[in-house]
Amino acid sequence: MVDHSIFATITNTAPQLSWNLFDDIAALFHYDFMIHAFEAGTIVAVVAGAIGYFVVLRSSAFAAHALSHIGFAGATGAVVLALNPIYGLLAFTIGSGVAIGALGNRLRGRDVTIGIVLAWTLGLGVLFISLYNGGYATQAYALLFGEILGISTGDVLVTAIAGAITIAALIALYRPLLFASVDEDLAGAKGVPVTALSIAFMAILAVAVTEAVQVVGVLLIFALIVTPAAIAVRFTSRPPAAILTGVVLALAFTWAGLAIAYYSPHPVSFFITSMAFATYVVVRAAEPLGLRLQRNRAAAAG
Amino acid sequence: MAAARPSAIVARDLAAGYDARDVWAHANFSIPAGSFTAVLGPNGGGKSTLIRTILGLLPPSHGQLEVMGDRPRRGNPLIGYIPQRSTFDPELSIRGRDFVNLGIDGHRWGVRLPGTGAALAADAAILSVGAESYADRSIGRLSGGEQQRLLLAQALVGNPQLLLMDEPLSQLDVRNQSLIVQLIGDLKRARELTVLLIAHDVNPLLPHIDRVLYVAHGNVAMGKPEEIITSESLTGIYSTPVEVLKDSRGRVFVVGLEEEVSHPHG
Repeated sequence: MVDHSIFATITNTAPQLSWNLFDDIAALFHYDFMIHAFEAGTIVAVVAGAIGYFVVLRSSAFAAHALSHIGFAGATGAVVLALNPIYGLLAFTIGSGVAIGALGNRLRGRDVTIGIVLAWTLGLGVLFISLYNGGYATQAYALLFGEILGISTGDVLVTAIAGAITIAALIALYRPLLFASVDEDLAGAKGVPVTALSIAFMAILAVAVTEAVQVVGVLLIFALIVTPAAIAVRFTSRPPAAILTGVVLALAFTWAGLAIAYYSPHPVSFFITSMAFATYVVVRAAEPLGLRLQRNRAAAAG
Repeated sequence: MAAARPSAIVARDLAAGYDARDVWAHANFSIPAGSFTAVLGPNGGGKSTLIRTILGLLPPSHGQLEVMGDRPRRGNPLIGYIPQRSTFDPELSIRGRDFVNLGIDGHRWGVRLPGTGAALAADAAILSVGAESYADRSIGRLSGGEQQRLLLAQALVGNPQLLLMDEPLSQLDVRNQSLIVQLIGDLKRARELTVLLIAHDVNPLLPHIDRVLYVAHGNVAMGKPEEIITSESLTGIYSTPVEVLKDSRGRVFVVGLEEEVSHPHG
């Protein structure tokens, strides 16, 4: 997952910003590792922005967060077994996703149950780290906080395939998923298989989370899956427009994060999460202002 | 013609419940097409169970049930439904119009393709409940009465023949209760609907209903309001002494079950 030699090279010879913006942008794509990072980052941002809308609508933010943490145990376990951590991550996120989906959306104690399982699997993750000696700290670090600058051509291909599957699945489930997310009772009475849909959604989310871990890591997954969508639904209550806004925001955070990180010694994940957070704060702070403007305009018109 | 109206719902020795325990049993009733029935009874008496059985969400444990001449089945397009709910979460960000749209094709897979005429159907449904001025706002931010009108538009948008409503009045103030009931009565006449409405308080419904279905103490009893809402009949249904009083404006008060009936928020 991570190629440390590349990472070492770029941190030692940090590129300098010139006064020519075109040169600066062209320089971003000078190295293969940056091209791969932009490719994978773009795919992940599209998927995360789109699925994030349903996560927010279904109030499943905690479940999304938990999936990635549970996945951490799978990834570290895979490393102990000398497997690619991405497979362990995928197995654990899908397994726990299906289980959470089967618990249903309405169950009162659901978050408590998830939290208990989450704590236990993080404990497992710690055990797996200790079982593996051999520069494993950096690998764990990459899983926790993401390492998009170490993505290979093969990783990009896998990300693209997984991304295409998640987007295709979201399109196929779009209407009944929206219906069940808005009103489960009503959707059920209309013949929507709500429990099967809840399981399918969590399985899709598991794949999306696994992809996003490459970019921001298991700890920072919120920034790409939840924050853009949470901002988007404050701008529009039209579902397609909200999904599109979420995708655009996720893309903006990822691209800008990569560009800034290229010219700085600090990690990409920091810039992505900080921009997501700053945008959310600005939008929330501006909201009362916007409402007052609207009211004034309405008062002036009426 | 009107004398021989077919039945919308027929129950023969019907029983329903959960986990092998019947909530009520031996229900025999027939609801004529085009009637307006209030479903009354104490909390936990099985009113919602009855609606779930008619919707095909809960198979009867005994007996026969016919809904619009057929066995009950989930997703029956002849049924419009408003589930029991408090109000929508204020944070739920979906336009009223998009919510109504879900009543048209929300159960179908994939995304909606253009040119299906669905937008026109949604417009018509929104107009018929008088929600056009706020249909483009987020449903969670609307008042209880506005939400209830959009729920009604959603239930009607597929042109159903039977309208099932589980406590649509419980979150409304008295003025909105009578406005919504008036609207339901008007829509029922215009569209020749059969209406079944669960309520806590029968008073706002009295000018409009022609039947009462009482679900209490394991029994289901049906009749005209003036036959069922009497001291003798309710005493029998509840198997406890109950008295029905009327005030000068014709409002009824059931005495002896204060915690169970006639309190709007039980």
